[in-house]
Amino acid sequence: MQDEQRLAELRQKFGRQPAAPGEAQTPVTPREAQPRFRGLESGHRACQGCGEALAARLVMESAGPDVMVANATGCLEVFTTPWPQSAWRVPWIHSLFENAPAVASGMEAAMKAKGRNTKVLAFGGDGGTYDIGFQALSGMLERYHNILYVCYDNEAYMNTGIQRSSSTPHAATTTTSPAGKERMGKRHLKKDLLSIIAAHHIPYAASASVAYPQDLQRKVRYAMGIEGPTFLVVHSPCPLGWRHGSALTIEVARRAVDCGLFPIVELERGALSNVMPIRQPRPVSDYLQLQGRFSHLMKPDDPRAAEERDHLQALADYNIEVFGLGGDGRDPADTAAQSYVGRGGPAAAGRN
Amino acid sequence: MLAPILPGMIEFRIHGRGGQGSVAAAYLLAAAAFEAGFLCQAFPAFGAERRGAPVTAFVRIDAVPIHLRSQVQAPDYLIVQDETLLIDPTLTRGLKSGGAMLVNSARDSAEIARTFGCRAMAVPATAMAMDTIGKPIPNTALLAAFIGLTGILPLEALATALKGRFGGDILDRNLALIETAAKSVPAGAWAIAPQKETADA
Amino acid sequence: MREALEGSQAIARAVALCKPDVVSAYPITPQTHIVENLSKLVAEGDLHTEFVSVESEFSAASVVLGAAAAGARAYTATASQGVLLMAEVLFNIAGMRIPLVMTVANRAVSAPLSIWNDHGDSMAVRDSGWIQLHAADNQEAVDTTIQAFRIAQDTELPVMVCMDGFILTHTMEVIDMPDAAAIDAFLPPFAFSRQLDPGDPKTLGTLVSPDFFAEIRHSHHSAMVQALSVITDTDSAWHDAFGRSCGGLLTVEGDETARVGIVAMGSTVGTLRTGMAHSAAEAGPARLIKLRAFRPFPTDALRKAVAGLDHLIVIDRAISPGLGGILGTEIAAVLADVPDAPRIHNHALGLGGRDIPETIYADLMAAIKDPDAPAFSVFDVDLNKLAPEDR
Repeated sequence: MQDEQRLAELRQKFGRQPAAPGEAQTPVTPREAQPRFRGLESGHRACQGCGEALAARLVMESAGPDVMVANATGCLEVFTTPWPQSAWRVPWIHSLFENAPAVASGMEAAMKAKGRNTKVLAFGGDGGTYDIGFQALSGMLERYHNILYVCYDNEAYMNTGIQRSSSTPHAATTTTSPAGKERMGKRHLKKDLLSIIAAHHIPYAASASVAYPQDLQRKVRYAMGIEGPTFLVVHSPCPLGWRHGSALTIEVARRAVDCGLFPIVELERGALSNVMPIRQPRPVSDYLQLQGRFSHLMKPDDPRAAEERDHLQALADYNIEVFGLGGDGRDPADTAAQSYVGRGGPAAAGRN
Repeated sequence: MLAPILPGMIEFRIHGRGGQGSVAAAYLLAAAAFEAGFLCQAFPAFGAERRGAPVTAFVRIDAVPIHLRSQVQAPDYLIVQDETLLIDPTLTRGLKSGGAMLVNSARDSAEIARTFGCRAMAVPATAMAMDTIGKPIPNTALLAAFIGLTGILPLEALATALKGRFGGDILDRNLALIETAAKSVPAGAWAIAPQKETADA
Repeated sequence: MREALEGSQAIARAVALCKPDVVSAYPITPQTHIVENLSKLVAEGDLHTEFVSVESEFSAASVVLGAAAAGARAYTATASQGVLLMAEVLFNIAGMRIPLVMTVANRAVSAPLSIWNDHGDSMAVRDSGWIQLHAADNQEAVDTTIQAFRIAQDTELPVMVCMDGFILTHTMEVIDMPDAAAIDAFLPPFAFSRQLDPGDPKTLGTLVSPDFFAEIRHSHHSAMVQALSVITDTDSAWHDAFGRSCGGLLTVEGDETARVGIVAMGSTVGTLRTGMAHSAAEAGPARLIKLRAFRPFPTDALRKAVAGLDHLIVIDRAISPGLGGILGTEIAAVLADVPDAPRIHNHALGLGGRDIPETIYADLMAAIKDPDAPAFSVFDVDLNKLAPEDR
């Protein structure tokens, strides 16, 4: 077929030859040289710099091969499964937008009925988790299914072209909450999903960020080991929707954490059990200025812009206070989140 | 204004990569045709678009209403916004014999024409755009070059279409860019022979 | 005023000109541009409406139900999965006889997942009690949308305006946008006779026992049949005001003496028209019937339109697995008692957005010559792509 011939030509010119049968593929990239489980394989169709693709890969590496995934409609589902290809090396099913937690519940019930302990994972974006799939998620948590739910939070309906969700931050521009003469972006606040999850008193819930991959992977491993419902929300910047350069994904994610707008916390049975303290707090404008979706807030002569920046700073300050992100002198046992570890530990170096 | 003269419907296929404004090019060409008094139809090859992935868009221009809704199967003209797409020999599939392709490239026009076996013109539209508007978006320069080559629309029509979409500094730069681009190609090299005239021409 | 506009943009402007009090929608491809354009108009102060961004289509339909019940002109738009998710609400709205307008950007229904055009979504709710009107091009989509607000109020029946997703929504073409004053003259202010009002309290949506249920269904059915003339009259009034028509319930064009007819809905009509214009000489002439009203079904008009035909090709852009075509089956039913009714050749075409080429006219006309042709087929299927047991 013409396509195959063309693909072969392209591989010849730009790629490398596949290994002969039985021959081990010589690793050429550092990633390939490391013994990680590639539950999500490369070659998918995500945009350059996609935070969600990174988050999903990190989750799958830590989850390991003995899992099955129910995935809601969204970017992840669409860019990993352009028929007839799939980037998943684990059993995976997509049904609808609003029912991934319910489908996962069914898969988990089947595992129980058959006496198997393959872990069930449910994946959704913020749209599928905070909004249309919310009912199914609540039901899944209330019924105490042994499922790890991961929400990839890029703060809008990105797959359909950047429309606002209840996870979209206050004052962010999306196509359905555009800035204009009468509006300064989204009027409403980012839904406090973790508080609602906390109210379900499940064994473990946490937030994480692609800017802190070891922390994310530790949380995945921890959740995998729990028999019961667990929940992770991973902040995943979208260069296209947030309007920043595709090389800045990690930097943008880090600044979100460091200004306090995306707190990294852990909850067990609804009570706060751990937080990632912010070592070097930054003003929210450091975060906002990198992203086109907040560009209307950076206009120097617009009093409305200043007012909204103050709103966001207040929200960040509130998070820092309520979650204790400023650090209180006690050192968390896990040093993965620290950007600096001195000889003898931070206490000896005089840092808190 | 004189009634427009066209030898029947003209169909285009525009190739590019996501993020280069290929769909915008289609809409702009259609809008320019409308400003020139024609009827038009423009649409992308529908689907998920993402930065860097190949994107195709279609345009039809006619003096009478256009009812056909299929994708353009036999284009009269191709506009290729990204020269890396030239690696695909099927790029010109369906191009009418006598048709022509306009390519955003600094390569040699004759070489491209030989490779694909059709009339071809290469225009360094990205470089022109960088010079004048400071962004590597080649669409307005390519459309202006196309107008220069065919004379199918007055350049003024493209300018009016741009005024409907842009304002301020970016508009001024684009208006300057289309002047430069239209003059950078041999005028009328692809002139279409008018075959019919309307009653009040 | 004539402008070159993307279909969705034109619809958004048309809706804005109808001054809805409440707009509520949930994003779904390919309806998104309609809702985004409305959002922009709101953000710029060009449209004053309560814009409610909801968490699902189920809620979008519920919000507009509540808004209209409370006396507000309300609008929503959706497609595909969204139509199905709000299906329960659609039956509820129609059963309560609440006037509403909804755009359906026709898109195929999962599984398999598809973002491309076919009529599977609106067909799935054809028994919901909504009026369903199909637009063949973006001018008709704009005109029908505005007419829909008036039809909904006059009939107290909700109206679904179906336009082919992507093929119409994402296509730019020349559209004559009516001006605000003309629309204000055409559309009466919104009024709902049974609206929720403390000054005159009414109870809506109650439990109904077998003693009354049949009567309510009968009156709904009767209202739908009477709506046929409201649809025609509204289009006539539109023609008087704006000088153009959408074709009422259906239109017939082509060769009056032809013995073959082709009936289709939506954008396929344009492609058939072009194919017919270019190849009727070799392929044979036909009577092209553009069906605009699918619900209520224009039985009398259709019987008249096919009188004298030997063959009728019915194009479905949807399929009922295990039965065949939907429009085809319905047309066969309304022609069952008609003497000398044409032989029906029912084809599903363009499912899941498969491109329908200009040559389809000639191919369809050739296919009727086969005496063993099945009554129904998926016309553009490529059986070679399937394993033998799946053919």
